[in-house]
Amino acid sequence: MQDNPLTIAGREFSSRLIIGTGKYKDYAQNAAALAASGAQIVTVAMRRVNVMNPDEPMLVDFIDPKEVVYLPNTAGCFTGEDAVRTLRLAREAGGWSLVKLEVLSDPKHLYPDMEETMRAAKMLINDGFGVMVYCSDDPVFARKLEQLGCAAIMPLGAPIGSGLGLQNKVNIRLIVEQSSVPVIVDAGVGTASDATEAMELGCDGVLMNTAIAEASDPVRMARAMKHAVMAGREAYLAGRMAKKRYADPSSPLAGLI
Amino acid sequence: MNIILNGESREVEKNASITRLLAALNIPLAKVAVERNLSIVPRSTFDAVILDDGDRIEIVRFIGGG
Repeated sequence: MQDNPLTIAGREFSSRLIIGTGKYKDYAQNAAALAASGAQIVTVAMRRVNVMNPDEPMLVDFIDPKEVVYLPNTAGCFTGEDAVRTLRLAREAGGWSLVKLEVLSDPKHLYPDMEETMRAAKMLINDGFGVMVYCSDDPVFARKLEQLGCAAIMPLGAPIGSGLGLQNKVNIRLIVEQSSVPVIVDAGVGTASDATEAMELGCDGVLMNTAIAEASDPVRMARAMKHAVMAGREAYLAGRMAKKRYADPSSPLAGLI
Repeated sequence: MNIILNGESREVEKNASITRLLAALNIPLAKVAVERNLSIVPRSTFDAVILDDGDRIEIVRFIGGG
């Protein structure tokens, strides 16, 4: 029973789960969760080196960028110029061109600023980046981002870090149905069933950070998410039964004694 | 002379290269990226790029993020 790999900007991945590297107790726990999740892509941030303490632990010493694809993000950027500057540095640090664009607005809800996201996406694509774009769950903007040439459309399921689960399944499904690049739910997943639900809607993948990092046992939750994404994908490919209004016995009525 | 390093003023020796700056700070050059006055400094040019008085230098690395 074969499934096609997840293909983003020409690169193939057998795992459809992408995990973050923030909020863990330490990088060692992060690496253990990554191993349990089976993810092949991790999101990472770019920040200043602490010049007063150059010996502080480095992410690259715990999660090898030669084995796992680093997806640098633009968290903390509020303009297209900030995003381009950050990702040019990331490209120089790691040599990758696949990036996660997120241009946020209000710190209270961290909703994407779609006008600025569109402008930044154009700038990055012109600069040669493969842009996986965090966006609102608006099918109109999702289509515009795909037309600009984004490599993956990543609508939020719920506000970043909220763990509320998919709030607008109608829109997520509309985006899935209209898109010819991968659609990955990014943000809002709280537990395994949320990830399964996203995959059952036909999403190509799920990206999460807090759901794993803030679980009581992050490594166990990482494993749960691996199974959840696979279960949802399989259910989507299998095609669910029709919903009915009344009961329908599974044992035949004919031949009753 | 003085440069602005990661937002803070810092005294450095004259005619130091980026490589020399990183060595003085004990920062492994393979794990960071450097920006000088808003332009990327390619790693291959760390030896050749010489700091000027007042340069604004950013040294960044990957950290955990979502």
